[in-house]
Amino acid sequence: MSDVIISFAKVNKWFGQFHVLRDIDLDVARGERIVICGPSGSGKSTLIRCINRLEEHQEGHLSVDGVELTDDVKAIEKVRREVGMVFQQFNLFPHLTVLENLTLAPTWVGKMPKKEAEERAMAQLERVRIAEQARKYPLQLSGGQQQRVAIARSLCLTPKIMLFDEPTSALDPEMIKEVLDVMIDLAGQGITMLCVTHEMGFARSVADRVIFMDQGQIIEQNSPTEFFANPRSDRTRDFLSKILSH
Amino acid sequence: MAAANAMRSLIAARPAPPRTAGSLSWLRRNLFADWKNTLATLLVVAVLVDWLPFVIEWGIVDAVLRPDNAACRALEHAAACWGVIAEKYRLILFGRFPFAEQWRPLVGMVMMVGLLAVSCLPRMWNRWLPVAWVVLFTCFFVLMRGGFAGLSFVETAQWGGLPLTLLLSTLGLGAAFPLSILIALGRRSHLPAVRAFCIGYVELIRGIPLISVLFMASFMFPLFMPPGKTPDVLLRVFVGITLFAAAYLAEAIRGGLQAIPKGQFEAADSLGLTYWQAQRKVVLPQALRMVIPSIMNSFISTFKDTSLVTIVSLYDLTGSLGLALNGDANWRQFYFEGYLFIGLIYWIGCFSMSRYSQWIERRLAADAV
Amino acid sequence: MASTEQQSPATPPASTGGTKTSRWRSRAFRGLAYQVILVVVVLLVGGYLAGNTLENMRVRGIQSGFGFFLQPAGFGIGESMIEYDSSEPYWKAFVVGLSNTLRVAVVGIVLTTLFGTLLGIGRLSRNFLLRTLCTAYVELFRNVPVLLQLLMWYFVLTDWLPDMSAALNPVTGFFLSKNGLSFPIPVWSAGHFATLLGLGGGIAAAWWHARRARHAFEISGAQWPVLWPAIGMLVAGTLIGWLVGGMPGAIDMPERGELNISGGGAVTPEFIAVTMGLTIYTAAFVAEIVRSGIQAVPRGQSEAANSLGLSRAQNLRLVLLPQAMRVIIPPVTNQYLNLTKNSSLAVAIGYPDLVSISNTTLNQTGRAVECILVMMTVYLVLSLLTAALTNWYNTRMAIKER
Repeated sequence: MSDVIISFAKVNKWFGQFHVLRDIDLDVARGERIVICGPSGSGKSTLIRCINRLEEHQEGHLSVDGVELTDDVKAIEKVRREVGMVFQQFNLFPHLTVLENLTLAPTWVGKMPKKEAEERAMAQLERVRIAEQARKYPLQLSGGQQQRVAIARSLCLTPKIMLFDEPTSALDPEMIKEVLDVMIDLAGQGITMLCVTHEMGFARSVADRVIFMDQGQIIEQNSPTEFFANPRSDRTRDFLSKILSH
Repeated sequence: MAAANAMRSLIAARPAPPRTAGSLSWLRRNLFADWKNTLATLLVVAVLVDWLPFVIEWGIVDAVLRPDNAACRALEHAAACWGVIAEKYRLILFGRFPFAEQWRPLVGMVMMVGLLAVSCLPRMWNRWLPVAWVVLFTCFFVLMRGGFAGLSFVETAQWGGLPLTLLLSTLGLGAAFPLSILIALGRRSHLPAVRAFCIGYVELIRGIPLISVLFMASFMFPLFMPPGKTPDVLLRVFVGITLFAAAYLAEAIRGGLQAIPKGQFEAADSLGLTYWQAQRKVVLPQALRMVIPSIMNSFISTFKDTSLVTIVSLYDLTGSLGLALNGDANWRQFYFEGYLFIGLIYWIGCFSMSRYSQWIERRLAADAV
Repeated sequence: MASTEQQSPATPPASTGGTKTSRWRSRAFRGLAYQVILVVVVLLVGGYLAGNTLENMRVRGIQSGFGFFLQPAGFGIGESMIEYDSSEPYWKAFVVGLSNTLRVAVVGIVLTTLFGTLLGIGRLSRNFLLRTLCTAYVELFRNVPVLLQLLMWYFVLTDWLPDMSAALNPVTGFFLSKNGLSFPIPVWSAGHFATLLGLGGGIAAAWWHARRARHAFEISGAQWPVLWPAIGMLVAGTLIGWLVGGMPGAIDMPERGELNISGGGAVTPEFIAVTMGLTIYTAAFVAEIVRSGIQAVPRGQSEAANSLGLSRAQNLRLVLLPQAMRVIIPPVTNQYLNLTKNSSLAVAIGYPDLVSISNTTLNQTGRAVECILVMMTVYLVLSLLTAALTNWYNTRMAIKER
């Protein structure tokens, strides 16, 4: 189970003149769980958004499950089908019920019969412990519930890779735990996970590897125990002292 | 904290003290709050006292209701002659449509208004509604044209009056709607040529008056066609109205598209939806709902704008009033009453649409939560 | 932060992605393909229509080209601000039409602004009767087609009013009849130069006073009265100029003759109907814009102003209006544009505006394409100018926000 599923090779990206990703080299093994942290503006969100081509890189090579990400439409479609994403702001579709949010992609992208899609969706909702809300509209739910629905939605196409872009940053403190619990469950099931988060407790208990980014570069990566116990770079130490100080 | 809450909960809720209600306090607040307010009240009352009796006498008390030309003329405009409506209403409402056959436009019109009313209910908004409209327009055309089963053939040049006004506004908007969605999407496209084309179209049309588009439809469209073919004037005007309305509708819809958060597009992308799937399933349902008031405004404008077709000699409601009165020296002088009559018809249409727009806006806002 | 500069290459690469891919599946290629298809379709349709048009014009013997604009028009124009007679070329007739359009537009815009603003504020009045009256006005006039309103006013003006010989004379010097409105105008004489000069002096003095007042306020916080002294200076300046100029007082009063009214200034019933109809209609929309603009300023703004101790007038002038204006001005400009475009409906009642002139020309010469093109171009230019002005205003406001 140690074959490489995502591979960045000298990936560079600019926003206008701003160099947001600099010579990123990163291999992610199948089933690996990675937590990415770093100060804001360090490029960590951009990094994972490149994986499903919400952002396009300008230099270097990036391949996902053997598919090289280029301008090729088919390649992008294939990769997106295999990669699920959870956003900071949930991005549920407010005009659709929870169930419809979940069945949208399976029916339209996966060409699945409606009935089967709904059964699968209900199973996913059970998994995130929110099945009783299936007929409601997203804005009728609490933030934590919405984020769990968003996780369930991205699982409906049975992705091989899950990306989490600060999934708990927009939540009230008392709701963070319910979302983290779902993510921990998920981590136990062997799916490849890349998670941008500042929840260091989550990183400690779940991650196989913690990556620290600053100014568009990967400064340091290590197992959680090593990373927290012996940060090698000053910047990492500085960052950790800031977020762990309270 | 808990203790404080417990203490507080001991005080039971009491009803609020009665408001200083009563008509007297209402009067004071709304009519006589200060000297300026009082002055305004007195001025308005003075104007009303001066004018209202005259308006009532002119329009109701002294007015002649019978289609009695001599009695009307005897009034010398000192009171309204509603007799002109009683005399000419068939001509005003149905234009040049053969008199004996006017039940056909009447039936068509009733069907159209009925479906319009049904379309206003949000719970009827499903895929069958457009189908119903297509069926309705087909029936309308068949019924109006005739030429089968004993129905005499009536060419489109003879259609007129309120049914024509309704047909041009509903069909024009119906055709403009899909076009305007494409244009609105095109205006936000990342492809420069597509975007430039759509911006050019919208700005060009919005920059010129409708009347010049109608002149174009009536003088230039015949030149556009292969030699020897001249499209029907109704069709030409219909195309003109559609092209015109589409530009305004597209702007309204673009407003909704702009209000969709970027996250919605990203979520649709990350789920693997294609561009058209994302637009159809995620973006447009939200955007259209958001701009229902502006769309309704476009509807109202188009309904009013159809009166312009009279300038290119189609006899819509406004045109058929001229048809009814211009040639008749006896009744010609009672144009004003005629204008009031068709003005009332337009007003009822526009006012109910604007009320509906407010209602649906509140209703959808309540649904969204 | 220093390391940022060290590691970052100067510029991003020009081309995207160094990787090869099957070309027809790339997004860039597809984008290009769609655009090429669009351009080709547009060209084909345009070519087809143009081809048909040329063929039709050949078959029907219609000539083309703008040369005819130099030929004499041969038709008179009822009213004109420019010297014009029927022997003048077509282009001159078009200029007259444009000037008539602009005359209606300018007068209409000024009246609409005044009237619409009053109505909009009236709709927010605390007085129930006034509020209801203004609301009724708005709901009544904006829900009836403007063409119908123009036709109705024109009918009233030309059918209900008496003949010129029996013209109404509501105020001394003003005559109203089927033939329009006559009113007194001052006769121009050399002495009026002094009056104008005096007015100019008054404006300069008022401006100077306002500047000094602001200066004094900034230095010491003293609040000098500005409005009344400024008005006083204007009036005094004008009066002094008029006295110096030798008190020219000649006024051209319209006189009632046997059959008609002579002398004074006059406007036709067509002009009155168009201007009045457009003003009454557009004012209803402007009123709604003004009302919603004022209501759009969050309540918190007034609360903050009150808590700072600003008076009601100060609150209005310093806090509410500047914010409301940003909301109000763009849609109001749009209404000005609508008014200008709607002035084209003048053709229905025979006011010789641009559309009316080009319609006449079209019927006389059969040059449909050229006439319609000229008409559209003129309106388009007017619109684009207005749009440019609005954009300039919006950008200026947007920058101020930062």
